[in-house]
Amino acid sequence: MEKRVVFRSAWLPYALLAPQIAVTVVFFFLPAAQAAWYSFQLQDAFGLHSEFVGLQNFAALFASPQYLQSFRTTAIFSVLVAASGIAISLLLATMADRVLRGALAYRSLLIWPYAVAPAVAGVLWAFLFAPSIGIVTYVLKRAGIDWNWIIHGDQAMLLIVIASVWKQISYNFLFFLAGLQSIPRSLIEAAAIDGAGPARRFWSIVFPLLSPTTFFLLVVNIVYAFFDTFGVIDATTQGGPATDTQILVYKVYYDGVKAADLGGSSAQSVILMFIVIVLTALQFRFVERKVQY
Amino acid sequence: MVERRPGLTLFAHAVLITGVLLVAFPIYVTFVASTLTLEEIMSVPMPLLPGDQLVANYSQVLKAGTTGGSQASVALMLFNSTVMALGIALGKIAISIIASFAIVYFRFPLRHFFFWMIFVTLMLPVEVRIIPTFKVVSDLGMLNSYVGLTLPLIASATATFLFRQFFLTIPDELAEAARIDGAGPMRFFVDVLLPLSKTSIAALFVIQFIYGWNQYLWPLLVTGDESMYTVVIGIKRMLTGGDAANEWHLVMATAMLALLPPALVVVLMQKWFVRGLVETEK
Repeated sequence: MEKRVVFRSAWLPYALLAPQIAVTVVFFFLPAAQAAWYSFQLQDAFGLHSEFVGLQNFAALFASPQYLQSFRTTAIFSVLVAASGIAISLLLATMADRVLRGALAYRSLLIWPYAVAPAVAGVLWAFLFAPSIGIVTYVLKRAGIDWNWIIHGDQAMLLIVIASVWKQISYNFLFFLAGLQSIPRSLIEAAAIDGAGPARRFWSIVFPLLSPTTFFLLVVNIVYAFFDTFGVIDATTQGGPATDTQILVYKVYYDGVKAADLGGSSAQSVILMFIVIVLTALQFRFVERKVQY
Repeated sequence: MVERRPGLTLFAHAVLITGVLLVAFPIYVTFVASTLTLEEIMSVPMPLLPGDQLVANYSQVLKAGTTGGSQASVALMLFNSTVMALGIALGKIAISIIASFAIVYFRFPLRHFFFWMIFVTLMLPVEVRIIPTFKVVSDLGMLNSYVGLTLPLIASATATFLFRQFFLTIPDELAEAARIDGAGPMRFFVDVLLPLSKTSIAALFVIQFIYGWNQYLWPLLVTGDESMYTVVIGIKRMLTGGDAANEWHLVMATAMLALLPPALVVVLMQKWFVRGLVETEK
């Protein structure tokens, strides 16, 4: 879609675009190009000398068991976050759609975790589950469960999944509720007249009609688990115990900032950029079908 | 509702109330912990009713942080967070609205090139280019400054899209009438476009304010100096390690202070928030 009526000026549009383009070039393109450049370089320990090594950094990454392990950890983490976040929010949204009275009140009470910073969410849950003083730990201990996420990798994973899902429920809930409310009532009524019960109606009509929303949220949640959960992890497990919760983004940060391995970290950045491009393309393919630009 | 099933409606309420309680539980415990003494928190299980240390804990952190770990004042951190969140939100809105104005209302060479240039930044989240971006900012001498905290984050593909979408829905007649009346492009922008964009600006502001307030990785890298910490970073610095070593009552008071401003923005501006969220994702 294009405007029929336009203004004419030889310099004004460039002046209007300049701030946005300047910020984009200096803080996006330059660093991204540098990351790509560094990923082909090998630096000595002091950063004084570097040489071009081609794809060696990438080869080293894919030969490294730690890196492949980090891929697996990220895959498990993002699937757990996306699947449980979507399932819980869909349940809550379906219920909220059913109760006519109070749906808005429930919405207000469910949306505010969106405002909590991931790092703060991590701290709150780490406190609840703290091995010696946590209130949830206390309940678990009384139930005979040995809870200590500082030692047990699977419990650390569970902790960061809970904290990440908690923060994301509100977002998913809003989109599901909007999706549910846009389903024509007549379809549901027709099915009810034909004798379909609530469960049957949900699986045969509502769920299939919601599938665009579900797919959209699936991509958004995976992107969220990949990148935005950095704060949750840094405030709680810091990738530990050992590297059991070291997802890809955390490893880029750890290798680049803490271990000062510029080449390796940049190569990981390039791989991550590639993953984001694939995910964004997926998301837009879906959007394309629904919205006309 | 399609049919009357009181049992099912009751069940729906039960599920929702459980959901609300589970979602609120961590915040409730945080609030309670922020009103207790450290000894009370350490006595397992900690009490689940608020104590009487509310004023003492909050005034302690606002003035001087924790007593053992980080001693930076949380009042200053809240100020830094506010500057950062406002800077990012207003900066994004300002540079995006003029960029979309140029893209929609002008024809000029390289128009599509610029549009795509802004578009692809969607694919470069700060997390994947941290080290080079950090280098650029440090070369420009922007470390430990408000400019360094905000400027690298204000380019926004989503905001530019949102405004572009919105401008495309504005009837051509308005621009035509403005031109016949002899108004130049900037006059049209200020007197017609800006007033019409009020709701989009409000919606975007809510989303971007929260985005800015909750930034973590970027301020962590850019602020080495205590006086520049944002409150989210401040909490992290207060955790000195080991659950027994932390001054949890003060950490929790700081956590409450860190989550209150964005939570209030969401609840009080709920209408704009929901709108902004749904629209920025399109």
